[in-house]
Amino acid sequence: MPGTGHCRACSWRGMAAVGAAAKGPYKVQSAINPDIASERTAPGFPLEKLVNLLDGGAERTRIRRAVEHVVNGDTVFSRENEYFLTPTEQYELAVKRAVHLWQKMKELGWMDDGPELQFAYRIMGGNLAFGVHNGVFIPTITELGTDAQIAKWVPLAKDYQIIGTYAQTELGHGTYLRGLETTASFDPSNQDFILNTPKPSSIKWWPGDLGRSANHAVVLAQLYTQEKCHGMHAFIVQIRSLLDHSALPGVKIGDIGPKMAFEHVDNGYLILQNVRIPKENMLNRHSEVTSDGRYIKKSFDKINYIAMVLTRVKVIASEMVIPLSKACVIALRYSVVRRQSELKPGEMEAKILDYQTQQQKLLPQLATTFAFHFMSSSLETFCNQVKVQIKSKGDASSLPELHALSAGLKALISDACSAGVEVCRRACGGHGYSKLSGLPSLYTWVVASCTYEGENTVLQLQTARFLIKCLNKIDCGEPLPQSVSYLYEPVTSHCSAKEKSDFLKPFIYIESYKHRAHRLIKDAGIKLQSLLQSGVEQHVAWNSTSVQLARAAVAHCHYIVVKNFVETLEKLKFEPEIQQVVKMLCDLYALTGILDTTGDFLYDGYLTGKQLDLMTTSQQRLLSLVRKKAISIADALDYPDKQLNSAIGNYDGYVYQRLFEWVQKAPTNAKVNPAYEKYLKPRFRLAQSKL
Amino acid sequence: MLGNQKQKSKLQIKLQQFLFLFHKDQEALALNDPELQHEDLNFLSRSERYDVAVKKSALMVRKIREHAISNPEEIMWFKSYVHRGRPEPLDLHLGMFLPTILNQATPEQQDRFFMPAWNLQIIGTYAQTEMGHGSFIRGLETTATYDPSTQEFVLNSPTVTSIKWWPGGLGKTSNHAIVLAQLYTQGQCKGLHAFIVPIRRMGTHEPLPDGTYMKPPSDKLTYGTMVFIRSMIVGDSARALSQACTIAIRYSAVRHQSELKPGDPEPQILDYQTQQYKLFPLLVTAYAFRFVGNFMRETYHRITGDMNDGDYSQLPELHALSAGLKAFTSWVASAGIEECRMACGGHGYSRSSGLPDIYVTFSPSCTYEGENTVMMLQTARYLFKSYTQAKSGQKLVGTVSYLNDLCSHIQPQQVASQPMVVDINDISSLVEAYQLRAANLVEAAARNYRMELGRRKNKEEAWNSTSIDLVRASGAHCHYVVVKLFAAKLSEITDTAIHDVLSTLCLMYALYGISKNSGDFLHAGILNDLHISHVHQRVKELLAVIRPNAVALVDAFDYPDAVLASVLGRYDGNVYEHMFEWAKRSPLNKTEVHQSFYKYLKPLQSKL
Repeated sequence: MPGTGHCRACSWRGMAAVGAAAKGPYKVQSAINPDIASERTAPGFPLEKLVNLLDGGAERTRIRRAVEHVVNGDTVFSRENEYFLTPTEQYELAVKRAVHLWQKMKELGWMDDGPELQFAYRIMGGNLAFGVHNGVFIPTITELGTDAQIAKWVPLAKDYQIIGTYAQTELGHGTYLRGLETTASFDPSNQDFILNTPKPSSIKWWPGDLGRSANHAVVLAQLYTQEKCHGMHAFIVQIRSLLDHSALPGVKIGDIGPKMAFEHVDNGYLILQNVRIPKENMLNRHSEVTSDGRYIKKSFDKINYIAMVLTRVKVIASEMVIPLSKACVIALRYSVVRRQSELKPGEMEAKILDYQTQQQKLLPQLATTFAFHFMSSSLETFCNQVKVQIKSKGDASSLPELHALSAGLKALISDACSAGVEVCRRACGGHGYSKLSGLPSLYTWVVASCTYEGENTVLQLQTARFLIKCLNKIDCGEPLPQSVSYLYEPVTSHCSAKEKSDFLKPFIYIESYKHRAHRLIKDAGIKLQSLLQSGVEQHVAWNSTSVQLARAAVAHCHYIVVKNFVETLEKLKFEPEIQQVVKMLCDLYALTGILDTTGDFLYDGYLTGKQLDLMTTSQQRLLSLVRKKAISIADALDYPDKQLNSAIGNYDGYVYQRLFEWVQKAPTNAKVNPAYEKYLKPRFRLAQSKL
Repeated sequence: MLGNQKQKSKLQIKLQQFLFLFHKDQEALALNDPELQHEDLNFLSRSERYDVAVKKSALMVRKIREHAISNPEEIMWFKSYVHRGRPEPLDLHLGMFLPTILNQATPEQQDRFFMPAWNLQIIGTYAQTEMGHGSFIRGLETTATYDPSTQEFVLNSPTVTSIKWWPGGLGKTSNHAIVLAQLYTQGQCKGLHAFIVPIRRMGTHEPLPDGTYMKPPSDKLTYGTMVFIRSMIVGDSARALSQACTIAIRYSAVRHQSELKPGDPEPQILDYQTQQYKLFPLLVTAYAFRFVGNFMRETYHRITGDMNDGDYSQLPELHALSAGLKAFTSWVASAGIEECRMACGGHGYSRSSGLPDIYVTFSPSCTYEGENTVMMLQTARYLFKSYTQAKSGQKLVGTVSYLNDLCSHIQPQQVASQPMVVDINDISSLVEAYQLRAANLVEAAARNYRMELGRRKNKEEAWNSTSIDLVRASGAHCHYVVVKLFAAKLSEITDTAIHDVLSTLCLMYALYGISKNSGDFLHAGILNDLHISHVHQRVKELLAVIRPNAVALVDAFDYPDAVLASVLGRYDGNVYEHMFEWAKRSPLNKTEVHQSFYKYLKPLQSKL
């Protein structure tokens, strides 16, 4: 067995030991369930090389496994009891783990921005406290603070001597920043700012780490000075005492109550009533208020958005692609162990992955995982380039493109990952509804990303706004940024494919996606233009075209993802065996996407019905090819069992034994049942004499 | 705050009459009973919720007797209102254990078990599914072997995969179970049978007089129960989706965000076209499913009557229809509930919205009582059989009769390629378009199946290789049935105002479905590019037509706040004040400083 086999062998043994304790017929019989072992006999590609590709190199694979070794060996990070905890216990454990991880970091010399933390997070998922502190509070100070402010606050924050939150959203206001109602008014006589949340709708609501943990907050508020509003600015506000953690005068804080999931995070509310903070607590890199109350803008306004864009790009990989990839591993492994009904009369029940409908559900999700994995790495690279351009040369010219791309891709990827995880969960039938499958919590985790960091429809429309501006640039003959330059290219009006193998040629499907995006963007532009020309007011025209605009933005992003997948493929030409397997996934992703929205491609005759039938045949053939390698590809995602935390997704395929053993340890089975004593016992006693 | 809500609008009252809210008596009995008041479950732990549920169930049984509610359907509604639509520990006892005893036990067995079970002296569950086996019941492994020497059955779960897994009420509540097991007697397996087994008390196994096997009167009766439950799920889909729409639409009328016109105050989010486009198609779907649910209920009762007279002829069609519609409506409703939740932005993720609860309670209906893909393939089998019959010249009746027309042509593929005259504003023309789409996809699936057979595959392999196409065909068939039933409903309406409103909803349902599946209609040549452009445009026009009535249309579903259990969906629209009050009750807010601060944070911060 290639590399991962060895690595995984250590991780599943931990749980197999439990298996050995079971008695009689319910015992694990051999090291690996033969049903899953047979899937691994001939992957047809060097598995370890695919692992390295996904990790970004063999060295990173080594580091990742070392990190996983540390995490798996540490009882504080054990997730075994997670599904049985109350929300309060989950919160407490998350705090304990975050502090413990910080101690480990110091001990092992892991850097804040090193790969180790990223890998630790990859396997632990959303089970650590202080996500907002580390992921938003500190980066916001770093992006929006002056060097002096950074030097003052960031070291304290990194040492957890202060815990901060990022208080932007309000009870009545979300994505639309200008609508926020919290105010920060400068008082020159005291050289301080007075902060207020004047109405119920302006109570800060949702910030993570706020409800119970944070003692500081970056508060986003409308800045007032010299009786003028200067818009949204960020202020560091101390909210709890550093001595006894009680709320400071004028501050009311609490937890916002139970949620769909994320119970380990203390999302909170914050009321500020005439809270004064020193003048130097306004984050001043881009603007400041002088001691006499004058407002000075030091640099380009848009720059404030870079922090938001950075956060958005990071969550694509960590909060969307990872849950989908875990769900794929679980559902695929379960599907080769679960047997159901007969495919051939008289034979034993078939593996459910041998059913075409099961393949149609799961294999495109696996391909999607790869598509988004590559997309998010490219986006992160682009994001880092833009950051360097801004920081070193003050050149923010790529920011609009980055902003549009990150917004649209966040929407596309969070939608697809959420839907995909739920498809995986349901594909596991009833057992997928058990928390012990790991799938319900993956769903409730990933789906939150559709509404945080910018609600998806709002984001699609931001991308659309950028695209429409690009159309206008074409009219003026101005150059376009790279990701939209195709709008300048002539469009082909008919797909040139003649037989089913043509649909496995990347240029054929890239061209199709390009054609659709091109058409939908132009049509939306024409519609908008014609409304404006007929005298409709700008805002009415925009609103009446918005469904069409959102659709165009999605098509644009879909094209970008397909194109990026193919570009990744081209870079693999020196590793033909890996390239071959990745290409199958790329083809499957691209063709499934077309078949899911055939109307877009048949419209205007770009594809003919005949071509569509050929493509359908081609896609179904791909399903049966990917089917053969599916388990090996899932293995290459290389999650340790302990962190997958699923009774039905383990490497060794012993699903039923593990389900049975796990529930034996459930707290609900460990004690007497008070409801029986209180309500049922008296009735049951009556039946005794009658039976 | 919801301006047009001060009193029920005329429209709302009229609509309510039409929606058959026939369970209002049970609603009032449950909601107005001081002993049956409901506490907010969101703040309770899992074991506390279980405790509350058992307590309420015990009380409920007493109330059912006090109020002398005896009709099974009325019992079901009363139960649903007592538990505010949530599952409860006695679900399987009342829904499966008691009915199975009534339908499958001898009079002597009924004497012995029914009254103690009715009085909750026995609480039973229904143990069918096993850890390794679900929808495919022939695969179940539990055995019941008759021992003539002691006149007992010996029951065994011989393997880990045969452990009974999932039965509700089994873990903690029940003392008896109806166990489905393979019956072995005289060395032969007689297939699956039901046995009453005491599980939480010493007891004897059930003796029978001798070892000869007697077949139950009709397997069709067990079929009947399955059909009944699947028909009920169609109604559940309508209910869950209409509750989610009520919450999302009311909240969207109260939530203000961004600006449409520079300088103007932030508009209601329901005025954004994109928000309307998310919610209104779901609203019309909720109406459509309501009518389909009523239809299924009526059909079930009608056919049960026939079956009591020994006429089983309509059962196969009803079975196929209930399987497909169960899958079709539960898939659409599950996705729709989540869309409603996400349309409420971040607040939809808070349990105060009520939406997470509706979703997690409803979504398992996609996987229980027959996994949805398996259901779709059962419907496909019926469609395929009907298609083959029509081909061989048999005249089909019922919902599949459209396959007759298809097969009357010599070259069926050609039917659709003759451009059809479609009026996208005429509902009967749209019904016909849906019919053609279904016919076309059934035909295509059948053709592909034959092709696979031609590749020397056996029947089962060929079926499996065509199953994606078959599921699509079933979906299109169900979609057609829904459109057709909605359209048929319109013809029953005499009140012109109601007729106008519901016609708009019906048109929206039909057109939205076309715009989302335009590829099917284009591919089959039923519609052309121009039609599709018009459909897209018309859908957007209809959004604006529905907008003024949107709140009244959800008010007409008439869910009391106590049932919706949603802060966002409150009838009075006072959302933010109540969210704040609700959050204060969070267990994490019980102390000013949480204990984790002293345990983990203070040690770090004392360094300051």
